[in-house]
Amino acid sequence: MFYREAGQFHTSYIADQAVFPIPVDRIAIAAFAVIAAVAIPMLGNEWFLSTIMLPFLIFALAAIGLNILTGYCGQLSLGTGGFMATGAFAAFKLSTAFPDLHILIVLLLSGLIAALVGIAFGLPSLRIKGFYLAVATLAAQFFLIWMFNKYGWFTNYSASGVISAPPRAIFGDLLVTSSQASLEARYLFALGIVVVLAIAAKNMARSRIGRMWMAIRDMDIAAEIMGIRPLRTKLSAFAFSSFYCGIAGAMWAFLHTGTVEPLAFDVNRSFQILFMVIIGGLGSILGSFFGAAFIVLLPIMLNNAPGWLGYQVPTDLLSHVEFMVFGVLIVFFLIVEPAGFARLWQIGKEKLRRWPFPY
Amino acid sequence: MKAKTLALAAVALTIGVTGTVATAQAEGEQFIPALVYRSGPYAPNGIPFANGFGDYLAMLNARDGGVNGVKIVTEECDTGYNTDRGVECYERLKNNGPTGAAVVNPLSTGITYALIERATADKIPVISMGYGRADASDGRVFPYVFTLPATYWAGADVAIQYIQEQEGGSLKGKKIALVYHDSAYGKEPIATLEALAAEKGYTFLKYPVAHPGLEQKATWLQIGRRDRPDWTLMWGWGVMNSTAIKEAAAVGYPMDKFIGVWWSGAEPDVRPAGDASKGYKSLALHGPGADSKAHADILKSLYDAGKGLAERGAVGEVLYNRGMINAAYMVEGIRTAQARFGNKPLSGEQVQWGLENMEYTEAEIEKDGLAGLISPIRLSCLDHEGGGKARIQQWDGEKWSFITDWYEPNRGMLRPMYEASAAQYAKEQNLTPRACS
Amino acid sequence: MAFFVETLLNGLLTGVLYALVALGFVLIFKASGVFNFAQGSMVLFAALTFVGLIEFGLPILLALLVSVAVMVAVAFAIERAVLTPLVNQPQIILFMATIGVFYFLDGFGQTIWGSDIKQLDIGIPQSPIFIPFGEGDLLVTEIDLFAAGVGGVLVLVLAILFQKTKVGRALRAVADDHQAAQSVGIPLRSVWTIVWAVAGIVGLFAGIMWGSKLGVQFSLSLVALKALPVLLLGGLTSIPGAIIGGLIIGAGEKLAEIFVGPLIGAQAIEDWFAYMLAMVVLMVRPQGLFGEKIIERV
Repeated sequence: MFYREAGQFHTSYIADQAVFPIPVDRIAIAAFAVIAAVAIPMLGNEWFLSTIMLPFLIFALAAIGLNILTGYCGQLSLGTGGFMATGAFAAFKLSTAFPDLHILIVLLLSGLIAALVGIAFGLPSLRIKGFYLAVATLAAQFFLIWMFNKYGWFTNYSASGVISAPPRAIFGDLLVTSSQASLEARYLFALGIVVVLAIAAKNMARSRIGRMWMAIRDMDIAAEIMGIRPLRTKLSAFAFSSFYCGIAGAMWAFLHTGTVEPLAFDVNRSFQILFMVIIGGLGSILGSFFGAAFIVLLPIMLNNAPGWLGYQVPTDLLSHVEFMVFGVLIVFFLIVEPAGFARLWQIGKEKLRRWPFPY
Repeated sequence: MKAKTLALAAVALTIGVTGTVATAQAEGEQFIPALVYRSGPYAPNGIPFANGFGDYLAMLNARDGGVNGVKIVTEECDTGYNTDRGVECYERLKNNGPTGAAVVNPLSTGITYALIERATADKIPVISMGYGRADASDGRVFPYVFTLPATYWAGADVAIQYIQEQEGGSLKGKKIALVYHDSAYGKEPIATLEALAAEKGYTFLKYPVAHPGLEQKATWLQIGRRDRPDWTLMWGWGVMNSTAIKEAAAVGYPMDKFIGVWWSGAEPDVRPAGDASKGYKSLALHGPGADSKAHADILKSLYDAGKGLAERGAVGEVLYNRGMINAAYMVEGIRTAQARFGNKPLSGEQVQWGLENMEYTEAEIEKDGLAGLISPIRLSCLDHEGGGKARIQQWDGEKWSFITDWYEPNRGMLRPMYEASAAQYAKEQNLTPRACS
Repeated sequence: MAFFVETLLNGLLTGVLYALVALGFVLIFKASGVFNFAQGSMVLFAALTFVGLIEFGLPILLALLVSVAVMVAVAFAIERAVLTPLVNQPQIILFMATIGVFYFLDGFGQTIWGSDIKQLDIGIPQSPIFIPFGEGDLLVTEIDLFAAGVGGVLVLVLAILFQKTKVGRALRAVADDHQAAQSVGIPLRSVWTIVWAVAGIVGLFAGIMWGSKLGVQFSLSLVALKALPVLLLGGLTSIPGAIIGGLIIGAGEKLAEIFVGPLIGAQAIEDWFAYMLAMVVLMVRPQGLFGEKIIERV
């Protein structure tokens, strides 16, 4: 019904290997892009843009980062918060030390710095595997947060030990960072970065490097025998993952909250992003978006729902029920589809292709 | 299954995008959002505060019909002490009521940081009463942030004044230690204590405690068994406080030489430690107990009618009172603004003017039924702290009571420090501080 | 020197408290391969139930029994609602499922018992004791000694349960190989229920010990974070490993904080130092000190 593929033929390898080989999908994605770039900033109110969409985009980017490492390369990481903090603090130092540096270059460089830190803490992954690898990334997490807290140099010796994102323009005097920039500008800027990086990640995942990661994930010894160098592959996953997380962290500080303290990137943040990756679907870029939506938006929706429906619920009970329902929903969705939302989406698409026939 | 999920998501999204589905808002009422935390790890501290805040405003509505006849309505939003959720609460509530949120009390250092710039852009004043960033006292750089009645820096100064008095006027050669939550909050007093150490000649020792502070054995072995400072100050929060008191008792550190900041001096901090906490002291911005006229009014107009938020016995707890006091300062700001803009619901911008020009005198405090609880303050465009004072209270195993009179923080020393720190912020942010004259 | 020994001693005792929490993790991981993120919440929930019942007016012993019953019921419910439908799923999915349990228990516990801090005083002595040593003396606290005693007894009981009883043999068989165990007629599901129940009861004891120290409050669930390095250092599948790991981490982080920190001019290093220590050990032994050797086949 929705997918009529009869008569659509690919006449070149390029067409056959496109990210979205089916025209219907391309149209859907294009429509989605228009909605995200035009309709949402125009129709969404401030609350929706600033507390739903912005955090969602940034978390989705961090989740893509972690998905590269955990989903594609199979290395469990609980250091995401630390790498995000690295990106945030690097961006702050760079943009205050070199006020003329363009914001895109600042973000790029802070991502690179986070990538270097990621490589350093990824080194033990050659020897430590599975759940045990969590210890190396947790060491990174606690050490990095402690370091940003401890040394005043990272905050330019601010008496409060916090960093405040300076206002920076993308071109001319169109500000895109800190609260002095308009919300729409910040949202569109974040959207642009996330879309570009998501497409890059998608293409990485289906090229040589992505296949190497997946070979390592599925069985590293077998991959090694086939001639894939485990050290180089694992470290490249750590580097790309931390690069994404670093940029997400910098965006969190520069586009979302404006002022952050290191504790904003504590271990709970790492757990939160790991949850997104698992429930969204390990090894799926689209799943990272679903996971971010689920973990960030669902609790807010649950908390707001009684108000929208016109019920008055005591504040504390509301929070407790929110926790309980959230927990039950996590278990429920895992039972429905353990492979995550990405798989659920795929099944749905298959169904639509065959509709109205069952198979 | 899928269709249903999609439909559900679509409904949620529509509601979300179109946003605030008309919540009951009456014309002629002043809306105040209440960002509280009644759940999560810090709930034991958040609950009494939220109750005091809500009860005081409800009492005003019941007793006086609001502020000069303008009823105050609040809506609670649970942040769980979580910065992300705090920001969401703020954005959710800021446009409610006929004039939007007139003032916001973030009630967490992390949320305060996140709101400073947002609220400034939205022209909604932020009252960070006894928390947040001390340098926001400079009203030229932070026009919409208020640190009344005293900052952490002022608190640190008061503690040293008290210690000096106890030591007979000289701190030469004494050792004073600070046990602090290793975060932006805990580090606030360090600069002040270091500056004072240089001036007064005491040795300053620092002991950071990693968040959340469940385990402090190493810290207290150093303090109680090796370094043995003459006095110990604490900037702690939540579970860290009771743990510290317990560990201090375990290593035999004398409780009456142990002084906490005002966030380390409430019932939930000392009760879990039991008898061990007897004699423990803390700074106080306001009085404990339920003896004032305002308390009597609350008990009469709310609790006798069964409408109070807390249990009757909890009225008058330290954090309950802090909620009341926070509400009282805020109401005084609104009142000042009403004197200029008229007795009607005011916008954030107008209340900002009110807060900036408020003068809460002894007589007015008396009239509000808060005599003896707080010290008078007076704010200005330049000074958003208002010259509040602090005193020392002590826990006797049953209740807190004042043991000193009010101390005036040495603002002659602090003010240049605020200004230097605020100037650095202004420079990073490319802000031009407004002129105050 | 006396101070060094004192730090070491206190560190070791603290380590036992960490180990108490880590034990619960190990039991569940060993028998069902689930990394139970909800262990901290189980500790909190058990302690909340216990202290709530005491406040309700029940005598301590009865409250303890009822709490045990509640934890068995929780184990049963988790087995039914979460584990059975997810049988044979990868470890990471089961881990995620326990996160659902974590959120549920946190909300559920607070709904029933409230979020206020509760004082737990069941007569565990808390005063300091001084042990003569050289020219000085060493300070330890009675509650730490008591907790160490409880930890020792728990490990002993668990060891007997695992080594000497029929149930224990079934548990070990399941831990070795789910399918083989099932094929010789060991009921997988009841074994899992038993393991989760035992982990819940161990959590109850951990909760009582930590609750007596800190008061019973939401923050109690955060002790799980202190147990993580212990667990990874000792090996996810070893009960003695949890104890030894606890001792090493406890002593290591205290000594590091007091003696290593000043050398590098830093403080509050205990948290990351514990992980660094665990990491260094894992570099040598990737399966933890006492974990089962990981054999990789192609």
